[in-house]
Amino acid sequence: MTAYALEIANLRKSFGNSEIIRGINLQVKKGERIAIIGPNGAGKSTLFNLISGRFFPSEGDIFLNGQQIGGLAPYEINRLGLSRSFQITNIFHQLSVFENLRCAVLWSLGYRYSFWHKLSALKDAREQAEKVMEAIGLGWRSQTPAGLLTYAEQRALEIGITIAGGADVILLDEPTAGMSRSESDAAVELISKVTQDKTLLMVEHDMSVVFGLADRIAVVVYGEVLACDTPQAIRQNTKVQEAYLGGHAPVEVQE
Amino acid sequence: MHALRPIQFKPLNLGRWLVWTAFAFMLMAAPKIFSSGSALSILSQMGTVMIFALSYNMLLGQSGMLSFGHAVYSGLGAFFAIHAINYAGNGVLPIPLSLIPLVGGCAGLIFGVLFGYVTTKRSGTTFAMISLGIVELVFACSLMFPGFFGGEGGVAANRVIGKPLFGISYGPQIEVYYLIAFWLFISTIGMFAIAHTPLGRIANAVRDNPERVEFIGYNTRRVRYIMLILSAFFAGISGGLSAINFEIVSAENVSVLRSGGVLLFTFIGGIGFFFGPMLGAIVGLLLTVLLSEFTNAWQLYLGVFFICIVMYAPGGLASLIMMTVRVIAHKKFKRIFPSLLLVSIASLLAFSGAVMLIEMMYHLTLESANGSTTKLMGYVVDTAVATPWIGASLLFLLGLIAVYFARQPFFAVWGDVNAEIEHAMKGAH
Repeated sequence: MTAYALEIANLRKSFGNSEIIRGINLQVKKGERIAIIGPNGAGKSTLFNLISGRFFPSEGDIFLNGQQIGGLAPYEINRLGLSRSFQITNIFHQLSVFENLRCAVLWSLGYRYSFWHKLSALKDAREQAEKVMEAIGLGWRSQTPAGLLTYAEQRALEIGITIAGGADVILLDEPTAGMSRSESDAAVELISKVTQDKTLLMVEHDMSVVFGLADRIAVVVYGEVLACDTPQAIRQNTKVQEAYLGGHAPVEVQE
Repeated sequence: MHALRPIQFKPLNLGRWLVWTAFAFMLMAAPKIFSSGSALSILSQMGTVMIFALSYNMLLGQSGMLSFGHAVYSGLGAFFAIHAINYAGNGVLPIPLSLIPLVGGCAGLIFGVLFGYVTTKRSGTTFAMISLGIVELVFACSLMFPGFFGGEGGVAANRVIGKPLFGISYGPQIEVYYLIAFWLFISTIGMFAIAHTPLGRIANAVRDNPERVEFIGYNTRRVRYIMLILSAFFAGISGGLSAINFEIVSAENVSVLRSGGVLLFTFIGGIGFFFGPMLGAIVGLLLTVLLSEFTNAWQLYLGVFFICIVMYAPGGLASLIMMTVRVIAHKKFKRIFPSLLLVSIASLLAFSGAVMLIEMMYHLTLESANGSTTKLMGYVVDTAVATPWIGASLLFLLGLIAVYFARQPFFAVWGDVNAEIEHAMKGAH
């Protein structure tokens, strides 16, 4: 077995003539938390879409726990233990919070396409969903349709759906996008709580979130990984400062 | 952290048992209340259409699949059933009539496996278009293979086969009614149960957001496919029952017309509630059967009714009822009542004006050979004279103006009350 939870080798993706991902190499150890930063249009979300199966790679390999997943369908990748969240909230609007989470645990508990189990009698599904619901702080919203939640609550539910199935590699695409400072602080706390002992990849713009959560930071610019190192090293990396900030100012971070 | 109880876990859900018992009781009592011959035949037909509409809603309401070709499954089920009746009558097939609906169901299921494989490859508009293509294809086939489909005349059968079992020969309509009621009851239980399984719930998720479902481990295509197969099975049962009920099955059973009909009924009833399609089947069938006895323009009325539902109550009659019940339960009906009354009176005025105009128009254009006079709501009206036209137009216009002024206060109060209720419900959680 490989020590890497996720390994990306020479990954490329073109849309027509434009190459968006231009040979990305990245190794993520088990239990590591990596933040991916980079300017808009650098290919961060595309990278996530490739890893999670939303897009097929044009070239290169993606290994999940040593197994090739490049080109598999999203549901196949999910079943192998990788789960992702979305930048634009992607939940089941008409279903209640509880039902959203129960849907998210069903496959991992082995209920597949069963039409012979009575849903309300599935104690394990109910308990697992309730556990996640408590963890994301939406216990009191259990029966509220997801479409009626506030934005921050929907973002929390988004993360809840992502982790509910018990995947051990978690991809979060801008989990704090559009949140106020206090909301995003709460989100950081939530993320670090629910991704304990899991491998985490996270696209994030908010530097305080990045420095608060990440073991390493990968800087993606023009479809390539410019640097991947500890937050401390990234902060002092002149190449990163030039590319990411135009060389005008050092990365300011309050810790 | 406060104690968490999202769902009460009752070993015996008394409310649900009551509802099912009441349903069974209604099915048993209905022919005692509506005992005339024509009422009995309408009730029987209603039962088959209820199963059909419920099965259709497994696609539309539960899985978000808009099908224009659902009659394929009920129709083919009906054809296989009618042949099975004939074989049973000849003694070739030792199968009692009570189980013939199962033959229809299995035929529906097999064609669901076959056609569903193609249609469910895609969702949304593409699915709708392919389903339309399939129904046209099957309809064309039905005229191409008269050996099986009986050509223009269809296939007939005599449902009285073999010796009566426990004194039941299925000759009298009342016995057929109870057979239909029995199958309706267990099909309803079956479809209700499926809605409350992992597959049923994931189908809801596919309806809400197919993309996300792929990222929680489910192949959405497989979900749609299995739902369609199950739905086709129940559609086939309803087809088998209609074969028994009418003792004839023709190409019309697999037509676009029939497919559109079930879409219409299901939507009128309401796709958001499990019982909606049953309501739709009752109302839709009453409109078609009863209305067509009173007026030639019944299809026009049905169409207008459908448009009104789509525009003003997209949740169907079921949601209208449920929302009104909710308002009453929150003791706020008194506030709505005055403006509701005004709107209703105004609508009634406009409606009667419109009905008079339509009826006179129909009479003038289609039945003028029988003279220019007709009977409207018990009064003799001469359509060649201007007075009734002016009167009807005035009534219609006045009604429209009244509706225009009455609806704003009503919508305002209705919106306020529902917002208050929703607010109160949020606080209660």
